Amino acid sequence: MAEKTIVITRFDPDKDQAPRKQEFKVPCEPDWKVLDAVNFIKDELDGSVSHRWSCRMAVCGSCGMMVNGEPKLTCKTSINDYGDRIDIEPLANFPVVRDLVVELDGFMHKFESVKPWIVRAKEKAADQAALHPSKGTYSQSAEELATFKQFSMCINCMLCYAACPVVANEPEFLGPAAIALGHRYNMDSRDEGNAERNAIFRGEGTVFSCSYANECSEVCPKNVDPAAAVNQAKFEAVIDWAKNLVLPRGGA
Amino acid sequence: MALAYRAGVPLKDMEFVQYHPTGLPGTGILITEATRGEGGYLRNNKGERFLVDYDYGVGKKAELGPRDMISRAIVQEIEAGRGFSGAYGAYVHLDLTHLGADVINFKLPFVRELAKTYVGVDPVTTPIPIRPVVHYMMGGVDTDIHGATILPGLYAAGETACVSINGANRLGSNSLTECLVFGAAAARHAMTYSKGAAAGDERAVIAQCEEEAGRVANLRGRKKGGEKISAIRRELNNVMEASCGVYREQGSMQAGVIATAQLRGRVADLRLEDESKVFNTEVITALELQNMVEVAETLAVSAAHRKESRGAHTCKDFKTRDDQNYLYHTMVHHDPAGPRLGKKDVVLGKWVPEERKY
Repeated sequence: MAEKTIVITRFDPDKDQAPRKQEFKVPCEPDWKVLDAVNFIKDELDGSVSHRWSCRMAVCGSCGMMVNGEPKLTCKTSINDYGDRIDIEPLANFPVVRDLVVELDGFMHKFESVKPWIVRAKEKAADQAALHPSKGTYSQSAEELATFKQFSMCINCMLCYAACPVVANEPEFLGPAAIALGHRYNMDSRDEGNAERNAIFRGEGTVFSCSYANECSEVCPKNVDPAAAVNQAKFEAVIDWAKNLVLPRGGA
Repeated sequence: MALAYRAGVPLKDMEFVQYHPTGLPGTGILITEATRGEGGYLRNNKGERFLVDYDYGVGKKAELGPRDMISRAIVQEIEAGRGFSGAYGAYVHLDLTHLGADVINFKLPFVRELAKTYVGVDPVTTPIPIRPVVHYMMGGVDTDIHGATILPGLYAAGETACVSINGANRLGSNSLTECLVFGAAAARHAMTYSKGAAAGDERAVIAQCEEEAGRVANLRGRKKGGEKISAIRRELNNVMEASCGVYREQGSMQAGVIATAQLRGRVADLRLEDESKVFNTEVITALELQNMVEVAETLAVSAAHRKESRGAHTCKDFKTRDDQNYLYHTMVHHDPAGPRLGKKDVVLGKWVPEERKY
């Protein structure tokens, strides 16, 4: 056990004009994650500290915070990766609701805008059976899955938005995770929504706003490569546009 | 469950709790059954595959045996002194090393990630420490096949409900059936019901909302109270593990009944610090804890009354199933004086219950 000073950024819109820092002395066990220290503060030292967390196994994506200035999934980040003093702030590039809790609405709207579901031109069972008469409805080979599987591992933790220099300057930028998600469905062999999503990707503040800083892929706790998705999406969106020019009714 | 219970809907079969055999000690993080499906072994501190070497009733199924039996075998193995001891209690090993890196990377990548991150073990080279962990409540809010409760307009589906596709035990993945099939059924029935239902008494609804808002407001920043949320939550964990765990005994279950009743009194007098009306997670945690204590009490009372072993309810002092006296659903009704027990007939359908033999 080692005592560490955990500095939490506090902000209550009912009371505070601006965020303030509060220090806590926390007896940390060596196998703790950063989230364990924040939970210790909440449980034992100050019940008014507000933060989000749920699964504490790097699946739900709700405990993202800035740890010593870097976006981290706190349930997956060892406390022993840091020294005696750890600075914990809300995720950068998001409006703060309270303490370590940020506003999600803008992020959720970005997600919805890329139509993150399987779009089918035809939804009748007979048509589906005709698509794969021998393999059954919606069948997909391991090779087809492999084209997008890594992009489907995103847990929506928003660390990539906190790290992205474009989001910092241009808050409306669609951003890494939403583009990677749209691209994931474009790559899905069962999906027929490419044209709709590519039209979105050709719009303002989407794939072509990316400056390829690669920060998103650096901070991803699930080893997704959103920067690759953004650049693949750029290419697809252009090819799709060119095809439309040559074959206005979508071709084959 | 607590919301329905306080509204007068009985909870059914609360004593039946499924333990999953392979969780990480301390955190309780689940290591999927697929590890054993792919050929993983459970080993004791002598390196033995104890499910094969000792008679735990799972026979040739060994690691592919059912969750409740494997969980019991692990507890017995530990009680026989053949477990390992660690900072978070005793455990045994889940050994995947013979599967090789390729199988683990392709079939079980998340297991490798979890083991490395949360116990510092790479399953390609080293066995994973595991122990049984609480996994699923077979019991819950009593509903019919449409998800409807006895309270008109109140529906439940999923783990919170007890539509009884599980009995005293359950198979993995039935949670999907509960959510998808009965969730959809409940939604459809609720839609039909609400179209035909009268608008209700608006003033009564407002009065009820104001009462509930008052309850929340009283909790917020309640500095006059006696105890911390975290202290009671820890005590509740310990009480339930000791009284209603993998193995149960009359004495321990009765102690659980008394302890949870006391906790119900204490949890009404919590001390809270957060006065803010913005994102006040302390109030949510307090409400959750009050609900958990109430649900825990129904569990302990249901368990203590069932003097037999059936499914996941395993009593050391009543080892066999007693269809003569206990072939019924346990019902718990809310009462200001404390939980009140009742019974409901079991619909057996096609299959007559038989002793499980492998």
